[in-house]
Amino acid sequence: MVRMNPRTGLVDVGRLDGNAAAGVLSGLFRVDLTAAVVACRRCGERGPFAEVVAELDPEGLIVLCRGCRHTLLTYVHGPGGASLTLDGLGAIELPATE
Amino acid sequence: MASGVSRWLTATVARVAPATPHGRILLLDVPGWPGNRPGQHLDVRLTAEDGYQAERSYSIASSGDGETVELAVDELPDGEVSPYLVEDVQPGDQLEVRGPIGAYFVWRETQDEPVQLIAGGSGVVPLVAIARARLASGNRSPFRMLYSVRSPEDAFYAAELAAIDDPGFRVDWAYTRHAPEAWPHPLGRVTPESVARDTIPAADDPLVYVCGPTGFVEAVSHILVDLGHAPGRIKTERFGGA
Amino acid sequence: MAVFSRGFGARRRESDPKLPPGQYLTADFPVLSAGPTPRVDTADWEFTIVNGHGERTSWSWDELMALPIEDVGTDIHCVTRWSKLGTHWRGVSLDTLLDAAKADLPYAMAHSYGGYTTNVPVEDLSNGRAWIAFEFEGEPLDPEHGGPARLLVPHLYFWKSAKWVRGLTLHPTDEPGFWEQNGYNMYGDPWKEQRYW
Repeated sequence: MVRMNPRTGLVDVGRLDGNAAAGVLSGLFRVDLTAAVVACRRCGERGPFAEVVAELDPEGLIVLCRGCRHTLLTYVHGPGGASLTLDGLGAIELPATE
Repeated sequence: MASGVSRWLTATVARVAPATPHGRILLLDVPGWPGNRPGQHLDVRLTAEDGYQAERSYSIASSGDGETVELAVDELPDGEVSPYLVEDVQPGDQLEVRGPIGAYFVWRETQDEPVQLIAGGSGVVPLVAIARARLASGNRSPFRMLYSVRSPEDAFYAAELAAIDDPGFRVDWAYTRHAPEAWPHPLGRVTPESVARDTIPAADDPLVYVCGPTGFVEAVSHILVDLGHAPGRIKTERFGGA
Repeated sequence: MAVFSRGFGARRRESDPKLPPGQYLTADFPVLSAGPTPRVDTADWEFTIVNGHGERTSWSWDELMALPIEDVGTDIHCVTRWSKLGTHWRGVSLDTLLDAAKADLPYAMAHSYGGYTTNVPVEDLSNGRAWIAFEFEGEPLDPEHGGPARLLVPHLYFWKSAKWVRGLTLHPTDEPGFWEQNGYNMYGDPWKEQRYW
């Protein structure tokens, strides 16, 4: 869990992918994003949301483009409210519902 | 089968069973569960008496209709949620689940291509769901599974996987710390040689599902691409956290 | 109406409402550096602000010490996720220095001995939000922690508090400094988890 490097203070929350981020975001977007195709505004890369880089912690979620590592979106949520910033997310394309 | 459900459902623990020295199988009764496809996961939410909450994602070992959901949880040292699920929770206890999530990392009976499943540690859970669905269906696509674990005792569903008796479904093992007696291969992480030996060749154009810790998934993905698999034919799911 | 899970909660991490999202409390003062620690003698030390007209205003160490010095009590938050609450510093407010330098442009690039740079809007260096700090917890600031003096801008992630600071250049536009060209955010608000570029 909270492994803090005693010398550098680095806390490694682990880099996961869009599969892990999709649950939290389903509360906001009301759809399952994993099969959605997302486009990065910075480098133009398009791919399944499941394959983005995601850093999750109890109050926040940062999603990065797997290609250029620029931030696609940031979602901060806590008792004081929530804030979603769409940074480099250029587009979300949802597949047809089954 | 609906996916992307964003509300929390109450789950009651129906049964718990030890699976490995640090792992446990949990069966949950979830009234209102919409069913799930093999490969999907759910989020678990726990609330302490003072209102403190924690959420974690877990892959589902079961699939299909029905309101019973099977999870397999590996206890992580220094963890907050996994030790509770592996050591403390008992039948009758309640927790909340949200899901199923994941239209990406699923397998459907209508898929007719060869399938390669590659699991690292507890990453085997969604792949067991896929394997079970393949074996229970009429689908006859060639399937292989490569399961990398620290030692034989650390494998989830080891007996079930070893008992698979289908010529179209082959299971191979890789051990990083301890292997069974007379194991013919070296110990250690998977290598290009071991992956080439133990998986469906790229020439057969399989759809590959890789699941496990981030480091494992990245290493295996690179090896697969080097062996000629197209990146678009490799589905990945990274585990982490506690 | 939440569903309670019997017996859950014993292993929770230590938390504090003053922690921004995704940060973890530490009682230490970790050191995270990309390269060797510059060693600057205060006899040679100089801090310079260059404004939009090219006018240079400089202070030697003694001249800095002759300016009004403030006691600063604040929390600090590192992008690597450690936070330290209630730290104590002494330093000269940037308001004093920017006034004297006739700051006339909205963006600053902080330059350090050793070559590092980081960009900060002038507004975030003003109105009592930033200092040139030279004392930490009652002791002269260690070179490891940016001494003899570092920029201190605690409302942003701590990489913006440039260690071994030697000056500011003022600019009409916001340009990325070293860290911001290497994966980090242009602004760095910890309350919005603005960590990466």
